[in-house]
Amino acid sequence: MALRLPSKVLKHILSFIDSNEDRNSVSLVCKSWFETERKTRKRVFVGNCYAVTPAAVARRFPAMRSLTLKGKPHFADYNLVPDGWGGYACPWIESMAAKSPYLEEIRLKRMVVTDDCLERIAASFKNFKVLVLTSCEGFSTDGIAAIASTCRNLRVLELRECIVEDLGGDWLSYFPETSTSLVSLDFSCLDSEVKISDLERLVSRSPNLKSLKLNPAVTLDGLVSILRRAPQLTELGTGSFAAELKPEAFTKLSKAFSNCKQLQSLSGLWDVLPEYLPALYSVCPGLTSLNLSYATVRMPDLVELLRRCSKLQKLWVMDLIEDKGLEAVASYCKELRELRVFPSEPDLDATNIPVTEQGLVYVSKGCRKLESVLYFCVQFTNAALITIARKRPNLKCFRLCVIEPFAPDYKTNEPLDKGFKAIAEGCKDLRRLSVSGLLSDKAFKYIGKHAKKVRMLSIAFAGDSDLMLHHLLSGCESLKKLEIRDCPFGDTALLENAAKLETMRSLWMSSCFVSFGACKLLSQKMPRLNVEVIDEHPPKTRPESSPVERIYIYRTVAGPRMDTPEFVWTLHKNPEIGVSKLAIK
Amino acid sequence: MSESVVAAEHDYIGLSEFPTMETATTTMSDKTKTRDNNNDGLNFKATELRLGLPGSESPERVDTRFLSLNKTSCPVSGAKRVFSDAINESNKWVFSPGSTTATGDAGSGSGPGSSVVKDGKSTTFSKPAVPVKEKKNSATAPASKAQVVGWPPIRSFRKNSMASSQSQKPGNNSETEDAEAKSGPEQQPCLYVKVSMEGAPYLRKIDLKTYKSYLELSSALEKMFSCFTIGQFGSHGGCGRDGLNESRLTDLLRGSEYVVTYEDKDSDWMLVGDVPWEMFICSCKKLKIMKSSEAIGLAPRVMEKCRSRN
Repeated sequence: MALRLPSKVLKHILSFIDSNEDRNSVSLVCKSWFETERKTRKRVFVGNCYAVTPAAVARRFPAMRSLTLKGKPHFADYNLVPDGWGGYACPWIESMAAKSPYLEEIRLKRMVVTDDCLERIAASFKNFKVLVLTSCEGFSTDGIAAIASTCRNLRVLELRECIVEDLGGDWLSYFPETSTSLVSLDFSCLDSEVKISDLERLVSRSPNLKSLKLNPAVTLDGLVSILRRAPQLTELGTGSFAAELKPEAFTKLSKAFSNCKQLQSLSGLWDVLPEYLPALYSVCPGLTSLNLSYATVRMPDLVELLRRCSKLQKLWVMDLIEDKGLEAVASYCKELRELRVFPSEPDLDATNIPVTEQGLVYVSKGCRKLESVLYFCVQFTNAALITIARKRPNLKCFRLCVIEPFAPDYKTNEPLDKGFKAIAEGCKDLRRLSVSGLLSDKAFKYIGKHAKKVRMLSIAFAGDSDLMLHHLLSGCESLKKLEIRDCPFGDTALLENAAKLETMRSLWMSSCFVSFGACKLLSQKMPRLNVEVIDEHPPKTRPESSPVERIYIYRTVAGPRMDTPEFVWTLHKNPEIGVSKLAIK
Repeated sequence: MSESVVAAEHDYIGLSEFPTMETATTTMSDKTKTRDNNNDGLNFKATELRLGLPGSESPERVDTRFLSLNKTSCPVSGAKRVFSDAINESNKWVFSPGSTTATGDAGSGSGPGSSVVKDGKSTTFSKPAVPVKEKKNSATAPASKAQVVGWPPIRSFRKNSMASSQSQKPGNNSETEDAEAKSGPEQQPCLYVKVSMEGAPYLRKIDLKTYKSYLELSSALEKMFSCFTIGQFGSHGGCGRDGLNESRLTDLLRGSEYVVTYEDKDSDWMLVGDVPWEMFICSCKKLKIMKSSEAIGLAPRVMEKCRSRN
């Protein structure tokens, strides 16, 4: 005789649960909890757009107001996924337009979005408020204009690092003439000029605007004029600073910035000349986020700026900051939580990268709250990794990119096994890890043994044998996304740990030693996985033992997808059919 | 445009020309005539069917033998050696098969078997015994840097932004260039331009620096946009699989249907192919593939070209 909570009560309780992970757990308790949960979920997150059909999502969550979708595998960011692979937003938009007309927010990452798609969004969702496109492609500024003109309640329009066909700056003039409800606008990835007068007018009639990220085409003069009209901004992405330094320009800029008393986040700063940096000094004490990763400014100027940023929590910077600059960060920016250091010369042969492992050690020692690191440098040592792990056991995200593949500990010539062992063992809350440098199977044995909370793991040019993959798949309990390139892994580990793959979102392997035969076997063994082979040549003409260039394996309840291009082969579950293209025609 | 893809001779990796290890040294010299910047067989590479950005190389698979072999002796240089070979040679899988190799036959677990049967021809893949080169002291080190697809892992958006900002700053950090300093474009790590095509649902970006000639560029474009042209006849929203193949596209492109144009530094639209290649990559800002009928106003040469093709 079980006590049952009345659904109204359950509904009320659930209204306090925001986290989708928690809601997923709730929905597994029993049927009635599943029903109540699904009818109350407002924010839906789909980590792999091919894991489930749009119709199924719309059916399950009738109260959906916000949809977040991710398309291409992460390695698409680094050109490892050929164009045309997939990740089309249209089927989702079509489905939602028909079944979830009350949708208000759409966030897409690494998907192909067309102008038609954008027009459909504008036409179908009456109360549309938020559009965030990250690393998307396939649309032009015409599509943006459609959104701007039709979505009367638009609050957020952000294009983050998208590839957009830029047909000119007219789109800006399509926002409604009366006041807009814009809170956030990000067009930093667009190339062409927008008319400053259009921008000024837009800003003037957007009283709620808090976040504005301009594109490099906006000049300093334009920036000054905008800041005068929007002193309430909390987030600003500047345009280009590449203008001749004139004293009046500097004064105007300085004054404009000093009026922005609520500014917390600053980015853009393309081509910033060091002489302009002092204009920013007035906002530094209030900054919590600073993105200098496009600013080719040298260390002394960077330090002069950073020593004023005592509240800084997030810093993105180029390696021009040097170890010395990072030492300064360690002493001035005590609130730092996230650090990313990008290479100023992203070349394989570059050996004069001015940061070394020492820079990261400084920051690890000085910044107690540091929890997220992305660090590019030429080489590293085990000792440094051990120190970092000891000092910062609270690390949640550790991505180290030793640019030189197979680079060992340059002081001892050993692999970096011990160092990454320390990281895996010491940082118990580690959720994301990227390894690099010379690594043997031992390193992965340690990672498998200790990194129990790691959800995403990226590996390149590492390991000795299949054992490495086996350690990872059998050890890392929380593993959700694994991406591997150029490692000598073969079939055994993959087949032995096939069941693990159903507990993960996806596995990417490129330039490894996985054979076509193993892929076939895997797809037969695991019907709820899509085993996609990305290869230019038809697998049918190849023998079983031939290695496959790239595989992308993901769990799905939607079956094999129907939109694969010529070079993607979803291996069919039926061994007789073998390889299925599921051609539409 | 001449046929840029060698059909059937290339197996899926493109190795059929390459010899087994034993005969490597003799045949390597045959390959030297195609040398360009010390990258063996670059012209072959350009015509190979490959995924990834056209013209870019993926590193060789690292054979487990090499890793374990080199580790016991000299891990650093050994590993470097393998990787530098990866960059300096054209794509080759490193396989185990029973072939005895110059570096000995280590018994450690090796990759899958390697014979491939295609068109009745059986090829054994193996790595030719190329003289080992350290990365830096190669006498014919190219002025442009070695490229491995997607490494270091930096988003192309960032690479592009840095490339364009570097071009604006003279005397920036290019001290790493070799003595034979080349002109502007060579100093940039990459030169991405947008390529759009009329009627295509979306545009692409390509790195002009990965091509050495108009021929390479045009074959890459053909390949890239073949699915759009095909798509025009079939379903939209993805690459069509109607059975139309590349030869159909080349017919379309060679026929007067499409021309490739570019926007130069002065924002003028010009026909691709008029100026020398070096000059072209210096001044090209964007590319657009348009129908010949639209491009007529562009230059009198368009009509000439149409006539000469027919």
